[in-house]
Formats: sequence, structure tokens, C-alpha cells
Amino acid sequence: MEKEYTLSIFTENKIGILHRITTIFTRRKINIESLNTSESEVRGVYRYTLVIRVTPEMVEKVVKQIEKQIGVLKAFSHEEHEIVHQEIALYKVPTQAFANGTNVEMIIRNHSAHILTVEPQYIVIEKTGHKEETQELFRLLEPFGVLQFVRSGRVAMTKPMKKLTSYLQELEEASSPGEQTIQ
Amino acid sequence: METQVQTTPTKEKNSSPQPMKITGADAVIRSLLHEDVDTIFGYVGGAIMPIYDALFDHKENVKHHMVRHEQGAIHAAQGYARATRKTGVVFATSGPGATNLITGLADAMLDSTPLVCITGQVPSALLGTDAFQETDILSMSMPATKWNFQITRAEEIPEALAKAFYFANSGRPGPVLIDITKDAQFAEIDYVYEKINKVRSYIPYPKINSQDIADAAKLINEAKQPLLLVGQGVILSGAEKELYKFVEKTGIPVAWTLLGSSAFPNQHELSVGMLGMHGNYGPNKATNECDLLIGLGMRFDDRVTGNLQTYAKQAKVLHIELDPAEINKNVKADVAVNADAKQALMDLIHEVEEKRYPEWYKVFDNYKKIEHDKVIENDVTTRPGHQIKMGEVIHRISELTKGEAVVVTDVGQHQMSAARYYMNEPGSNLITSGGLGTMGFGLPAAIGAKIALGDKKEVITFIGDGGFQMTVQELGTIMESGAAVKIVLLNNGYLGMVRQWQDLFFEKRYSMVELTNPDFIKLSESYGIKARQISAHEDLEDGLNEMLQSKEAFLLEVIVEKEENVFPMVPAGATVSEMRLE
Repeated sequence: MEKEYTLSIFTENKIGILHRITTIFTRRKINIESLNTSESEVRGVYRYTLVIRVTPEMVEKVVKQIEKQIGVLKAFSHEEHEIVHQEIALYKVPTQAFANGTNVEMIIRNHSAHILTVEPQYIVIEKTGHKEETQELFRLLEPFGVLQFVRSGRVAMTKPMKKLTSYLQELEEASSPGEQTIQ
Repeated sequence: METQVQTTPTKEKNSSPQPMKITGADAVIRSLLHEDVDTIFGYVGGAIMPIYDALFDHKENVKHHMVRHEQGAIHAAQGYARATRKTGVVFATSGPGATNLITGLADAMLDSTPLVCITGQVPSALLGTDAFQETDILSMSMPATKWNFQITRAEEIPEALAKAFYFANSGRPGPVLIDITKDAQFAEIDYVYEKINKVRSYIPYPKINSQDIADAAKLINEAKQPLLLVGQGVILSGAEKELYKFVEKTGIPVAWTLLGSSAFPNQHELSVGMLGMHGNYGPNKATNECDLLIGLGMRFDDRVTGNLQTYAKQAKVLHIELDPAEINKNVKADVAVNADAKQALMDLIHEVEEKRYPEWYKVFDNYKKIEHDKVIENDVTTRPGHQIKMGEVIHRISELTKGEAVVVTDVGQHQMSAARYYMNEPGSNLITSGGLGTMGFGLPAAIGAKIALGDKKEVITFIGDGGFQMTVQELGTIMESGAAVKIVLLNNGYLGMVRQWQDLFFEKRYSMVELTNPDFIKLSESYGIKARQISAHEDLEDGLNEMLQSKEAFLLEVIVEKEENVFPMVPAGATVSEMRLE
């Protein structure tokens, strides 16, 4: 059974890493539903957050193949209950939509959305939340004429407390040459 | 820990590590010398000209072999690497030079062969502009390399090359590609070379978990009908001696994958043969009868397992493998040891009990007899009035060379026949394109192997008439280098393996498998390579002797039976125990 998985991938800041990661999905014909990247709490370590729908067996294999790439520090897969996640959506609606009564205003209030900017011709609204929530607001605003709509990739935090720095410390030790059979 | 090494190569190794001002191109060559490279396979071209110019000054320290096509260069480097376990080095220019390497990269990636390929690239200012002979080789080669990197500044050269050699030939080996823009080759730098043996995102040799070793030993000690499957991981980690000791102690029957053919003496009493689609009958049947299946330095490729749903379901599986991504990829392991084969065997040997399995051995003896009666005897025995068979030729060469030659094959029926009938003794080697199945691999790989081994070893390549013509231009490389490769061209006038499948699975509808061939003897002689054609049994012995006694390269064309099928066979996707004998 396919399920939604959120992957957190920590990498060095090197050109081409994203390509190496995406080829692993391409070759198995897995669609990337959402993708976000930014620097993590550790300087120089980048964090990719991806959402994919695959079977549990598949996610295990894919994560190992990602982690195997040189430049990737750690890769994790998470199910919904293991993470706190969020997305941000922006909506551009005509200013005149606000002219007819208080409907739009109520919708914004009820959905804890914010107005980012008010221009003579349009207003930009911002909403953070899960995909269903930002999608619901889109559905409600649609009758008023949404001029543009955009949603970010998912960002996610894991619930366990282990720090990235301790993973990095483990890597430091594991990658050091010891009494190994190096030819 | 990074080790500081001298800035100047080979002859002045004791000099102090003072930076010296040189060009990027010179830095490339000096970096190679620091990595003890003495052989390069390559093809010159526009964007790599500065590097070839620098090579001119180092002719005494490094030998460059000019091939006839870049694919030939990379396969030759693969043959070199697999014959020596050293890293093979390739030069190619940008654009078509670089793209011609792709097949070899993919081959080396699947067969874990250490390579460093250096490609020239258009000047950095022209990147992305569709400049003449510009190609995005970095993106193209990404899924076919263990690591790759583009150098646009000369300062990056020493570190990038140090990393390239470290990645290529540590852990699970693989191909690395370094793309260097022409301006970086021309620019001057203060050159200092430091070897690299640590990068934090790369764990070549994971620390062995002692609990895993204990669990593995428990499985082994409790087994009543164990079967050991050995792969190339044993050869790559140099664990042949440790494997031998382990088998002598535990008494476990040994089967091998195609690439693991020379990991264990093929004629040993505990050797039960090759696994897989065209492997031996016993190990395939026994896979579904054993109670413990031990995979050592192998990856349960689909050509080994057949249908995974019915593969060794009755058995516990112990998987000892260096690459964690291979564990549980195809076959779920009950116990997995993530380790280099040598290290794992060294730890395990103390934990396992000395044992013999007389009843279990009888099972293999029985299968061996069945296979011998139904297949082998027919394959290797001369039948007057019939055409020569591939098996006969290979079997006889195996006897004449006492299993001590390095055997290189191309891909197809002759490859399977060579794997089945050339009996590898320790120290010999079977160099073949396993994972990718690259037709055209044989001739250039044999050249690379012969250049590596020189007079130390006889290098014999078995090639079909199809594969031979895919890289036949490398006869020119033999002519130029003088590499004394012995070429056994097994000519049946067909693409035999595809014809066999059309015979068995496509109602004998022979589609595009019959070849109209040139006169191979004249072709060979036009390159100055001695050649002889044999088609009658009575000439075979004399022909083989003439070839083996030749001090120079020799092509022996043997006209073999046109429609011979290779058996036994596990049809694609079938269960291993349903192996067909006819």
C-alpha cells in the first residue's frame, strides 16, 4: 500500500546534489509531490524536505540509495505522525472582491489568514497550514476570482529530540580511517 | 586525517612540500603521478589539449595508450582495473569524447570498477552556451558515476583529483568523472598535493557490529543445509584466502556469481558451481532446498535470483555486504552484516564451528551428475561429423592453460560458456561485463588487462562475432601498443543469445539475429595481427597451440555450431529451481 512519506535529507552545500537525489526518484518513476530546500541549524548543512507517495518497502530502499550518495550526510523518512509540518500559500484576489459586503473578510478571519499587501487593483493574502487547509481557503476564495495562487513545498520538523550535530559527530567518527581494509 | 605528500612526483619523493607554480594541466598529470598512476587510456581532442601537452613532459613516468574510440579507452581501463585492482584512468575530450564514455561508466558503476575519468570541457565562460563540443557531461554522467565534479578553476585540481582517487577505490569501488574546463587547464596555480582519506559524508568501511557477527555465527552453526553464495565483493576486498579458510573450516558448499567466478578455486571439492540464469544446475536447485543461504559480497541480482517471490523462501538468509543500500534491496535478510567481506570473514572465522555435511553434499553430487549427463558431457565432447561447440573450445583452453589465464569475455552465449567451462584457479580472473551486459566490452577490456599484466599472465578473450564488431576498431590499439592479447573469436554467424531466446520464447521467429560478416582473418591481418581460422575438429588442437604459443597478439577464429543453445537455463522471471536442462 502506498503511503505519504516526508523525507528529510541533510547534505553538504555542493552543486549537483539535488540532481543526484532526483535521479533516484526518476529511475524508479516516483513523482516528487513537494520539495523544499534551505540551510539547516548547522551552517553549511542543507536540508531538503520532500514528499513522496510510495510503499513502505520502497521508501526504505530509496532512503538508503539517497544516503549512499557522496555529499549526502543523512536521510530520513517520516510518516505523518512523526513530524510537525507546514506549508505557506499566497493568494492574489481583486480588491473589488472586498467591496461587496464582508464575505471575504470573514473567510480571512475564519482561516487565520493574513493580508500581505493592498493595492488599488489587488490584494495578496497569506495563509500557512497543511495542504488541505490552504486548499480549502483557495476553494472559498475561488468564487471571488483568484488571480494567482501559489503554495510552497512542505517544511517539516521531526518530533524526536536527537540533534543534527550529534548525527554529524557520529559521521565524523564513522568516516575516519581506522583499522580498515583499505587497499 | 589528511596526509601531506610531496609536491613533486615519483623521482623526487623526498623533497619538501613547497608549493610550485605550474599550469592546471601539469597539476593534473602530477596529481596522477602522486596517486601512482603509470598507465592512462585515452583519446586526444580540442578541450583536453593542454593536458595532453603537459603529458608530453612526463612521458617517462606515465604511459598513455591511444585507443581508437573513447568507449575502447574506458573498457580498457576497466580491464586494467579488474586485472590489477588498481584504479583505471581515462582521458577524453569534451562533447562526443565525453559522451562516448557513458556506456563504460554505466558498466563500471554496475560492476563496481574503480575508474577516474578526466574529460576536457569548453572554457568556463562558454558553459551553458551550446558552444562547440560542449555537452553537460556532469548531468549526463551523474547516475552512472559514484561521484563526479566539474573543475572551473585550476586551484580545485589537486583536491578534486585526490577525492576522485579516494572515492573510486575505497569502500564499494566505482567510476568517478572529473570534468575540467580548458581555461582551468591553462591557468597557473601554486601546486601542493595532499592525499585524502576522509570525507564526512562518505563511510567506505562501516564499523562491524559485533552483535551481527554473533547472530551470523549462530545461524551458520545451527544450519543443517547451508549454501554460501560468493560475489565480486570477495575479490574486491582481497578476501580469497580468508574465504578459503572459512570454507575449509565450516564445510559449507560454495557457489559463485558470474563476477565472483574467481573468488574460490572452481575445482575445489566444496565448489558447487555458478549461480544464475545460465549457471550450474546444483546451486540453482539447492537455493530452494537449503536452510541457510549466505550471500557474501554479492547483491542478489535478478539474473541470480529469478523470481523473487519464490526465491529461497524456505531458507534463512544471511547477507554480508559492504554497501548498505544492497541489504534488503532484493532479498530480505534475516541477519545482515554490513561489512567488507575480508573484515567480516576475519571476525566470523573465530565464531564458526568446524563441520561437514555429508548428506547435503550428496544432493549436490546428484545434481552435478544430472547436469553432467544431460548438458556438460555433450557440450565439451567432440562429436565427429558435427560442428565444433563453444564449450569444447573453452574447456580445452581451460585445460591447456591449467585455469591460470586471465579470461576476458564479451557478452552473450560465449560469455556464459566461458563462465561455465573455464575453470578459474586462484590468481586467475574472469573479467566480464556482468551487470550491464555490454557487447563490445571484451576486446578493449582484454587489451587493458594485458597492458596491466604484461608477461605475467596470459590474457585470453572469448568474443562472439557480434560483440567483436562493436569495438573492432581497437585492433588498432593492439597494433600500436603491441599488447599480446589472445582473441578467440567464436563465430556462429548469429547474435546467438538473442537467437536462443527467439528460438525458445518467440516461436523461432528469427528477427535481426543473423549476421553478414566480413573476412575476420583478413581484417585481423590488415592490422598486422596474426590470425587463423579453424572449422574442423582435427585442426582445433593445433590452432589452440599455435595461438597459445604465440608471443604476439593472435586471433583464432573458430567456426562453431550455428544454432547451439546454452543450457541449463532459468528463463527470465522463472523460479531458480525450475531450471531447464534442455
